[in-house]
Amino acid sequence: MKIRTSDPTVEQVVRKIAAAHREQRGALLPILHAVQAELGHVPKEAVPVLADELNLSRADVHGVVSFYHDFRDEPAGHRTVRICRAEACQAQGAGYLVEYVRQMGLTMGRTAEDGSVTVEQVFCLGNCALGPAVEVDGRLHGRVDTERLGALLHGTDQTRRDGVGATPDESEAPRS
Amino acid sequence: MTQHPAQPHVRIYVPRDSAARSVGADEVAATIQQAADSADVAIELVRTGSRGMLWLEPLVEVATEHGRIGYGPVTPDDVPALLAAGLLEGDEHPLRLGPVDELPWLARQNRVTFARVGVIDPLDADDYLRHGGLTGLRTALKLTPADVVAEVTDSGLRGRGGAGFPAGIKWKTVLDCPGELKFICCNADEGDSGTFADRMLMEGDPFLLIEGMTIAAHAVGAREGYLYIRSEYPDAVATMRAAIDIARERGWLGTSVLGTPLDFDLHVRVGAGAYICGEETSMLESLEGKRGMVRAKPPIPAIEGLFGKPTVVNNVLTLGTVPVVLAQGAKAYQELGVERSRGTQVFQLGGNIARGGIVETAFGITLRELIEEYGGGTRSGRPVRTAQVGGPLGAYLPPSSFDLPMDYEAFAAAGAMVGHGGIVVFDDTVDMAAQARFAMEFCAAESCGKCTPCRVGSVRGVEVIDKIVAGEQRDENLALLDDLCELMTEGSLCAMGGLTPLPVRSALAHFADDFLGEVAADTRTKGTA
Ligand SMILES: Cc1cc2nc3c(=O)[nH]c(=O)nc-3n(C[C@H](O)[C@H](O)[C@H](O)COP(=O)(O)O)c2cc1C
Ligand code: SF4
Ligand code: FES
Repeated sequence: MKIRTSDPTVEQVVRKIAAAHREQRGALLPILHAVQAELGHVPKEAVPVLADELNLSRADVHGVVSFYHDFRDEPAGHRTVRICRAEACQAQGAGYLVEYVRQMGLTMGRTAEDGSVTVEQVFCLGNCALGPAVEVDGRLHGRVDTERLGALLHGTDQTRRDGVGATPDESEAPRS
Repeated sequence: MTQHPAQPHVRIYVPRDSAARSVGADEVAATIQQAADSADVAIELVRTGSRGMLWLEPLVEVATEHGRIGYGPVTPDDVPALLAAGLLEGDEHPLRLGPVDELPWLARQNRVTFARVGVIDPLDADDYLRHGGLTGLRTALKLTPADVVAEVTDSGLRGRGGAGFPAGIKWKTVLDCPGELKFICCNADEGDSGTFADRMLMEGDPFLLIEGMTIAAHAVGAREGYLYIRSEYPDAVATMRAAIDIARERGWLGTSVLGTPLDFDLHVRVGAGAYICGEETSMLESLEGKRGMVRAKPPIPAIEGLFGKPTVVNNVLTLGTVPVVLAQGAKAYQELGVERSRGTQVFQLGGNIARGGIVETAFGITLRELIEEYGGGTRSGRPVRTAQVGGPLGAYLPPSSFDLPMDYEAFAAAGAMVGHGGIVVFDDTVDMAAQARFAMEFCAAESCGKCTPCRVGSVRGVEVIDKIVAGEQRDENLALLDDLCELMTEGSLCAMGGLTPLPVRSALAHFADDFLGEVAADTRTKGTA
């Protein structure tokens, strides 16, 4: 479910989530994860509500939200594509993927103007022997080349039938 | 397809490890199931963890009277031909690898912590028991807490998360603390590039970790445990949560564990994308619902940890090794390894490597054996130029150092670190000035910001390296970089700022030419474009 930031139910949603997690020790992170899962982001309006619910200052809550890379204050695109830029993937050509993203007119860390995709960098997805690694909406992809990345960005990657050791021709995916 | 109606239930194994899935294991499993269904052949498809031979994934195994026969790497398109060639009987095919347990890569290893990973269905509790699960916990529950701690101490087991602190000594500190409320925290943040053993263990043998944490709880008198898993590992989170639910149903967790007076329950907490939260005090802050700011030590977490209470903080591999130590005895474990590095280490081969994956073997093996013999050199086929060992804060070593034995002290003496056992290989197209710059950039991005040498020094580090490469007052800037590295090493509160100079200085020491800015742009652009 995605709700506009001005939607009056943000407060209700946040209060409900806070109530469900209140008995946990150190509940703020689980609550923020739940808010983001529910609303697609952590809206600014959630901050005072959480401060009230957890008896913290607004600055405390804001400080936590802004510290962690995962929490976004605006909704992401239709797809979120995260490219690993850590060393093991660098050694396998992750730099080419980042370059390709630029050539596609996309900016790392931003959502495409048409809202179709958000491209982000990430440091290690735990797939360092099968890099370059890319994650799309929580799903891990290994040995991604620029063709595959193109399909992932366009949402046209059907299956991973190409698998390991495929030649670039075999892994050529249809373009939208 | 050969049909054997007299032979019901051929058992086929396909991994569900996320690395295997990342190259199509789910699609292979689905294709096999469909083909079997439409041919009316009864198969039992078991989804295991990964054996850790990642270049062979998706690796399909079939149970035969000659053991489990492997085929790989398999694509869905290969499935019809494989079935036609007699996959279900373990017959010949170009992708056939033979009995998996006998593959030299695997047979030469000493799988202790990883003994069950890739072998069993990770969420099948009965399979866990059949393969020796809970033996360690049952043994521990018959011993006094002090005796369990003594056993762990005698095994020589040191923390596998990086610093290598003896686990038994940490546990004894917590045991000796008074008070009712104590915690066991498992550090599953595994943020280092080139490391994936924690993930594979959680996805491939989650009950082992639960067992290890429960033994720790008995040993120190804790009743509550937290497993802090990074958000980049959604499959590990799901597997651990499912395993904890099963363990509770079975009475392996909760009140009176296995019918004994021990009460212990376990909770999964998910990180939120911050490398520094792998540092133990930062992880505790994060578990408390705060920013992951590093705490000054003392007090150490063993005395004042989570919510100010005595807390064991151990890595996944440390806690995952404890059940084996208890099951097989301290002596058996202690006999493996060299000097003060006892037992086995789970090495992780990644980067530009032909045969990447998990190599569990006794300490003392050399880097050369790991990279050349196990790893088979680079995947690109070009010469190996360097390997970074121990994650983003570890040194870049040249091939002339590859005969160093894997041993905490030997590595420290050589100005390097074993860390979490990650080895990232690069071929000769790597630009080492770019790698050094990246080390500083990573530190700037991931610093918790508490101390100036790390927060500001790393930003300055990037600028200075840029100037050196651009040829601006090179000698002055090289001296400045050296000063900066010294300041970060000496003045940082934790190892984030304190160790970032390690990759930078090692790159400079061994690959100084790359900093001259004259490297042909076309050959050395790969890493960090
Ligand atoms: C910047 C930094 C990051 C760290 N990341 C991890 C990590 O991801 N996982 C881990 O187990 N230990 C990590 N550590 C080490 C922990 O602080 C701590 O030593 C360890 O979890 C203790 O467990 P062990 O004794 O079982 O190794 C990190 C340390 C530093 C300084
Ligand atoms: S060295 Fe860096 S990460 Fe560590 S406490 Fe200081 S600022 Fe934080
Ligand atoms: S470095 Fe990219 S997945 Fe580990």
